[in-house]
Amino acid sequence: MANIEVGGKSYETDEEGYLVDLSDWNTDVANFIAQTESINMTEQHWEVINFLREYFEEYQIAPAVRVLTKAIGKKLGADKGNSEYLYGLFPYGPGKQACKIAGLPKPTGCV
Amino acid sequence: MLHIINKSPLTGTTLDSCLNTAAGGDILLIEDAVYAATSGNVFEEKLRAAMGRFRISVLRPDLEARGLADKIVDGVSQVDYAGFVDLAANNKTCQSWL
Amino acid sequence: MSDAVVKKFMFVNRKAPYGTIYALESLEVVLITAAFDQDVSLVFMDDGVYQLKKGQQTKGIETKNFSPAYRALEGYDIEKLYVDKESLAVRGLTEDDLLVDVAVLSRAEMGALMDEQDVVLSF
Repeated sequence: MANIEVGGKSYETDEEGYLVDLSDWNTDVANFIAQTESINMTEQHWEVINFLREYFEEYQIAPAVRVLTKAIGKKLGADKGNSEYLYGLFPYGPGKQACKIAGLPKPTGCV
Repeated sequence: MLHIINKSPLTGTTLDSCLNTAAGGDILLIEDAVYAATSGNVFEEKLRAAMGRFRISVLRPDLEARGLADKIVDGVSQVDYAGFVDLAANNKTCQSWL
Repeated sequence: MSDAVVKKFMFVNRKAPYGTIYALESLEVVLITAAFDQDVSLVFMDDGVYQLKKGQQTKGIETKNFSPAYRALEGYDIEKLYVDKESLAVRGLTEDDLLVDVAVLSRAEMGALMDEQDVVLSF
């Protein structure tokens, strides 16, 4: 267990930096986690983050990278539904990094 | 006396054992035993037959969790956790048919 | 992975959700298995059919409601979901009570399907 401090408030995370309580998430927390991952959030990043949050809202799981890639392609276009694009935004993995920033648990099967 | 059942009547035999053994009193269905109190289930008939001898209750949160709140057999009472405590407190003894 | 051997995997789900951990454990293994591009079938029989019941609300028991994840399986290319007809009938359930599209099979059809598998995982 660990904590992050954002805007004078403390949020609990696990040892890898994922939020423990998913309802703690807000955009300030997302920006903070992105900074710790050395990611400068752009509109393109937010597009993926928002997609992940909608996906989780609907299915209650974080999608595997392959599933995310395919689903993004369907929703946002083939130019974005590929790993080059997604790894370009999240170099350490769209599953790991984007889920962390989106306040979701680590995807099942992601080690 | 209060009898507590927590297994589905179609997977285990604990509700049968209880009905075949106990003389009467309260039966509380919790966890997977709530399926016994859903209409259309083959156990419905046995449950209805037992209603003469027993007051039968189900734990509502367990019913809701399983998506069955609208399928409950008439005559079965629904209790929340406080009602669970009341049942335990109002009976001298309690048997959990694990 | 084009030259990899594809095996037929069947997950047999026979337990109700929440009362035991089997249903959730099975689902997690299924989601992981999806990454290996195998021929995956999911069977729901006996109390396992309750896993697919619509309208699950787990707030009151403070447990994660994992039933929405069955609807995500299609996105994982897991589309072979089989439900035993008799198991539905004795529980007063119909296909309309289920939260995903499934193929309803007789016991005999289910048995034959089981026989075709390379790997059977039991939950």
